[in-house]
Amino acid sequence: MVKNTDSNLYTFLFAIVMVIVVGSLLAFMASYFNPTISLNKKLEKQQNILFAMGVNESTLSNDMDDANSFVPTDKVTAEFNRYITEQFVIEDDKITTDSLAYLIDLKKEKELSKNPTYTRRLPLFIGEKDGEKFYIVPMRGSGLWDAIWGFMALNKDLETVKGVFFDHKGETPGLGSNIKEAFFMDDFKGENIFSGGQFKGISVAKGNADPKNIDKTDNEVDAIAGATITGDGVTVMIKKDLAMYLPYFNTLK
Amino acid sequence: MAEVAAKEKVVKAPKEALFSKKNRKLIIDPITDNNPITIQVLGICSALAITAQLQASIVMAISVIFVLGLGNVVISLMRNIIPPKIRIIVQLIVVATLVIIVDLVLKTFAYELSKTLSVFVGLIITNCIIMGRFEAFALANNPWKSFLDGIGNAAGYGIILIIVGFFRELLGSGTLLGLQVLGDPIEKTGLYAFGYENNGFMLLSPMALIVVGLIIWVQRSRNVALIEEH
Repeated sequence: MVKNTDSNLYTFLFAIVMVIVVGSLLAFMASYFNPTISLNKKLEKQQNILFAMGVNESTLSNDMDDANSFVPTDKVTAEFNRYITEQFVIEDDKITTDSLAYLIDLKKEKELSKNPTYTRRLPLFIGEKDGEKFYIVPMRGSGLWDAIWGFMALNKDLETVKGVFFDHKGETPGLGSNIKEAFFMDDFKGENIFSGGQFKGISVAKGNADPKNIDKTDNEVDAIAGATITGDGVTVMIKKDLAMYLPYFNTLK
Repeated sequence: MAEVAAKEKVVKAPKEALFSKKNRKLIIDPITDNNPITIQVLGICSALAITAQLQASIVMAISVIFVLGLGNVVISLMRNIIPPKIRIIVQLIVVATLVIIVDLVLKTFAYELSKTLSVFVGLIITNCIIMGRFEAFALANNPWKSFLDGIGNAAGYGIILIIVGFFRELLGSGTLLGLQVLGDPIEKTGLYAFGYENNGFMLLSPMALIVVGLIIWVQRSRNVALIEEH
């Protein structure tokens, strides 16, 4: 056993050895697990995109109880390839097909686009289900604590919403975190992002006297109590990110 | 942390049964009469932050049991070689390493779960109960005792978390583990048909403090020995 654990030399040696051991242990584990983690992230994106256009576990099982679950990870790539017929990258007027467009990192694009000479790459996914065509737009914004993101599937008219998916990094559990709950996301279905020909987006509104969300043309969904800033984040995210696609959408109409 | 250290007595016994009376006390005491939250008033920050939902409370309780049980053993194994001058840093490194490993393993093998947990896993590091037990117990006791002490304290913490989470979710959202147990507040069924309303205030952190206060009150009124003399 060590006699004098209080000496300066011993303290330094201990610190150095500890840092080396712990550092290499963590580095080893991180690089060992990394491929699986990035695969998980990739599959999650596919699940999210499919969820927004209404392809979920119930599509496979025909059991409506599964409608709030994703397509299982082991089947998601096959389903993704079946339902997502095309993926585009929009750079100003240039539109290219890219089957890996869903892997574009919106956070990185946002950072890069601060440089005025950089043309932001906007991914757009075309989904097809039961003969209907959907345009799926990825979005990213900020909530109260950290990033929020999501996907919005628009119907062929490019005005009404087919479905949405939201997720967040660290919103308050039980309050802001509810944006990824079905009761909140379902409210967006059928809402119109235009009002009288003008682009309005969809506002997460408090006290809009329509808690059951029957009025689909008011550009509003009912907010979550106690999650004002997260809700406002969703509003801003939809407005800002959808607006970037409008020039392209106008060429389609 | 220093006051806690003073309360601990180093038990020295040459041979002891694995679950002797003393060892059982190590687990049971922190759950009841020496509870880290209600008696020692440690770990309050996370108890306020994450108890808005029962599920989050349960998950946090399990994570802390794992990290504290294992961390106590690691610190106890190293107790004779840790230089006293940098022991706090060493403890911090052990917690941080364990938490990162838990996070990596969850992300690899239970990605869905790791997403629900993302915030809490990081919060474990800041939990003062963990550093407190390392400092007060694991540095002076053998690995088995430290393990029991770690599990006991984490369980004591977890139980309070779950009780608070239960009441906050039930009264605040009318749900338990996400299930609507009191009826549907929008369709006005169940209890809501009689004019009952959810108390949104329960979802905010200050109410957790009040619920913890009520638990302390109940506990002390049942056990007079816990009331401090002034």
